[in-house]
Amino acid sequence: MKDVFRQRRMWRPRGELKRRYDVVIVGGGSHGLATAYYLAKNHGITDVAVLERSYIGSGAAGRNTTIIRSNYRTPEGVAFYGRSVELYERLAAELDFNLLFSQHGHLTLAHSDRALITMTERAEVNQLLGVDSRVVDRDGVAGLCPELNLSREVTWPIEGALYHRRGGIIRHDAVVWGLARGADRRGVEIHPGTEVTGIESSNGRVTGVRTTRGDIACDTVVSATAGWSTLVADLAGVPLPITTHILQAFVTEPLKPFLDVIIVSSQMHVYISQTDRGEILIGAEIEPYTTYLGTGTFGFLEDSARHTLELFPQLEHAAVLRQWTGLCDLSPDYSPILGVTEVGGFLVSCGWGTYGFKAAPIVGTTLAELVATGRTPELIAPFTLERFSTDSLVSELAAAAVSH
Amino acid sequence: MSFLIPCPNCGSRDVNEFAYGGEIAVRPEARPNVRELGSYLYFRRNVAGVQREWWFHRLGCEAWFQAERDTRTNEVLLTERPRASRDEAPPGPEAPALPDTPAV
Repeated sequence: MKDVFRQRRMWRPRGELKRRYDVVIVGGGSHGLATAYYLAKNHGITDVAVLERSYIGSGAAGRNTTIIRSNYRTPEGVAFYGRSVELYERLAAELDFNLLFSQHGHLTLAHSDRALITMTERAEVNQLLGVDSRVVDRDGVAGLCPELNLSREVTWPIEGALYHRRGGIIRHDAVVWGLARGADRRGVEIHPGTEVTGIESSNGRVTGVRTTRGDIACDTVVSATAGWSTLVADLAGVPLPITTHILQAFVTEPLKPFLDVIIVSSQMHVYISQTDRGEILIGAEIEPYTTYLGTGTFGFLEDSARHTLELFPQLEHAAVLRQWTGLCDLSPDYSPILGVTEVGGFLVSCGWGTYGFKAAPIVGTTLAELVATGRTPELIAPFTLERFSTDSLVSELAAAAVSH
Repeated sequence: MSFLIPCPNCGSRDVNEFAYGGEIAVRPEARPNVRELGSYLYFRRNVAGVQREWWFHRLGCEAWFQAERDTRTNEVLLTERPRASRDEAPPGPEAPALPDTPAV
């Protein structure tokens, strides 16, 4: 009976750093922890340290708007994110941890004929690759989301939408905690409060990292550090085609459940969902200038609130509860940068812009496979860093910018 | 946090009046190969610190100018009209910035 009151630890307390690991992962977010988890689970590689400057899930993993979807524009992107959604669907059972994944549907609104044409193209690509995605007209939108304001007396009347039935929201912190627990139970060490200050290499190969808690020797370093990717890659001497911007979001006070789909409008730079706690969660586009300062802006709150009220005038009296920002690592073609670099043993997961959280499990499985076998899996071959030097970009602009 | 930018022509204005033009990159030599061109077009230093960058005053004088801004605090340290240095000068006939059309 006294066991009821025993405090159960999710993972072991931080221990001493060893002097050597096979693999060091920089960044204790969803990507770093997923890579550690799948290294241990799929490949039996457990001599792994996850080094996190702050606490785990303190960066983008704990700040995103938790939307999971795969209705992208390019065949490469659809195949990649499609596999990610499949992994997310099984993840709660696999981790034995409730991730509160609600696949209640995702509507990307079209406010013009041109937008409907683009969405029809996307739906065609999606269907060809087996992703459940189709265009619905105004009546279809009304049926799926009767709460939405479909009046013509607004700035941007709604003409239709791209409907993605398997899109949904998930509890982002639970994903981080579940992966951390799963990795920890298999022997991976998680070291919060440990900042990497240098990356050692000799003859073009990584030999170790310097941290605020001492030096570590290792054969492989994986950087999964989102907005700080450029600074970490600089330590290894690897230039990246990345700029760092802030992305902002806010939530209202909790309301009775009334919205059970995700509403996205690229035209109005806004995406809206209702969390399991009842808060209306609203996000927007990145700020256009690069910055490392994570302070929110009033202009964002003003614009997002105005756009949200066009879609949901009934939220007029909802109070704003809190607002926050996260740092995003934007790539030139809105596709990620994954895998090997010119320094042997230094791997990156970056260029995620505003869509990294959707890809955590597939990044984990593919990077773990790359570390274990030394071969780049086919699914991530289009996303190499090398593509920016050979001009073979994968433009995902049509479906990635403000389309959460 | 929103911040102010002192436009060289109009004085201090809200950042939302301006369009960001990115950090200043050095143009490649006369006949760059694909790798050099990719480096110029896509790769960025993305510093956490003072960065020299382009801004355009879209809701004001509609002029391009350069600024030095600390990306950790968004403090704008200076703004000035572009200087005509070798890297930023318009391409002269002896040094075209982009490859000539190949003579077929």
